[in-house]
Amino acid sequence: MTFHGITTIRNSDKIISIGAEAVLVKIDWYGLPAIMKIRVRKEYRHPTLDRFLRTKRTISEAKLLMEAHKIGVAVPVLYDVDLKKCTLTMEYIEGVKARNVIDSMEQHELRNLFSTLGYYVGLMHRAGIVHGDLTTSNVLITERGPFLIDFGLGSFSNYLEDRGVDVHLLLRVLESTHYRVAKRAFEYFIEGYRETFPDIVDELLNKVKEIRMRGRYIIRKRT
Amino acid sequence: MVLGIESTAHTFGVGIAAYDANILANENSIYRPTAGGIHPREAAEHHAKVAANVVSRAIEKSGVKLSDIEGIAIALGPGMGPCLRVGATIARALSYKLSVPLIPVNHAIAHFEIARCSTRLFDPLIVFVSGGNTMISAYEEGRYRVFGETLDISLGNCLDTFAREVGLGFPGTPILEKITDKAKEFIELPYTVKGQDLSFSGLLTAALRAVKEGAEIEDISMSIIETAYAMVVEVTERALVHTGKREVVLTGGVARSKRLTEMLKTMVKVHKAKFGVVPPQYAGDNGAMIALTGALELKYGITMELENSFIRPKWRVEQIDIPWYYYYKELR
Repeated sequence: MTFHGITTIRNSDKIISIGAEAVLVKIDWYGLPAIMKIRVRKEYRHPTLDRFLRTKRTISEAKLLMEAHKIGVAVPVLYDVDLKKCTLTMEYIEGVKARNVIDSMEQHELRNLFSTLGYYVGLMHRAGIVHGDLTTSNVLITERGPFLIDFGLGSFSNYLEDRGVDVHLLLRVLESTHYRVAKRAFEYFIEGYRETFPDIVDELLNKVKEIRMRGRYIIRKRT
Repeated sequence: MVLGIESTAHTFGVGIAAYDANILANENSIYRPTAGGIHPREAAEHHAKVAANVVSRAIEKSGVKLSDIEGIAIALGPGMGPCLRVGATIARALSYKLSVPLIPVNHAIAHFEIARCSTRLFDPLIVFVSGGNTMISAYEEGRYRVFGETLDISLGNCLDTFAREVGLGFPGTPILEKITDKAKEFIELPYTVKGQDLSFSGLLTAALRAVKEGAEIEDISMSIIETAYAMVVEVTERALVHTGKREVVLTGGVARSKRLTEMLKTMVKVHKAKFGVVPPQYAGDNGAMIALTGALELKYGITMELENSFIRPKWRVEQIDIPWYYYYKELR
């Protein structure tokens, strides 16, 4: 089977999703159900830039997944990395995207989800990990609680700026996609965050405010 | 018939549009700084100087009688205070003189509406790139929502500033694109996508530093263009998957870019969505888009009292209800 010039996919494998950045395929990894994340070539990009971005992101995501797992954040376990093909193979997590169920959630479910999420993000930030794409599409709801997936845009950083951008992104997605529950969800998130990384909550919220303002100032300053 | 006035930045423009989205006039005068970027006060002085002439030209070209004009639309923001004030003053005077209502128009939304109307893609993901803005937006439940934007400077600002600083002149983007053919090597520059948002200031600084350190201008020009556009296309692709929209339109001054158009088209094709670009005469800031949006608003009874017609330099698109969103479909 061929997809975007990639021929690693076998007929028994099942394409789970064709995302913006990668194709996810459900495969059998030596008897374990697994997900292979294939960073596909982007036709629109300059080939050098394309190669550079795909390799860099594959390596970075592998490291971040391992580190997050180590500190106790619910993420898929990494099985294998192939830098030539820009693929990661990881544990298959059975669940649904938070994005699709948030709007129909009961109050206590919403609270559970977002305080746990805040708890995890606080843990990660304290350990120097930023997710980089903290949207509700990157949270899977499972029987074992919420799982964080897709560290493709993540990085190791202790800058308040990067942590702020993480939280800013979540807030933006809440406001654009889940506007009815945005305010409460965000409060629960901060509640959880406060448990694992209380020292920086005030600073962080100020930073988020500042980042939001920047998006506004730019229009006035640079038109 | 609505007369619209644009004066948010370097362009003073007057357009006249009918309710069926027919554009009858689009007259614009652009302030060109002699050196450096736009100076708000100088731009405002330019606008004040050309205003009367541009207004009469628009009315003449449209062939409408003053008595046919039912409303005066004015871009109240976002934009530069001194520039906005010139347009607002003229709009107030016209509205008073003709005894017709004043209609508040958001400049960014006007770029969206002219793109939807001219491409006939009525429910698109909108890529708005210009000298002042870089924004990915789409309509959902009553308003335009922002699915990604720049955290610092705009795409157009990044490319124009680079071109100006290395002595290539203004407007920078077409000049940069022209010389990329002569580039030999892609040079790695900071590629900054933060989830759905973008940052261009690090890219600009690094590109300028590379030139200072002796890299070939052609190579850096190609690299800055390829890097900046790839960033925009990447967040657009993510927003497309996220929103599930089936159409993408490109609007704003940088919509004239051949390379960006080609890259977006390639990406959109993979997702089997439709793609459209605003025509060049409506790409940069213009009066027609304000008139068009004003006509739509007037159709839905959106006007303001003269006493409340303050400029809004930081007006965000998410703050505005869009009751007219499906109006075009009815027209079709």
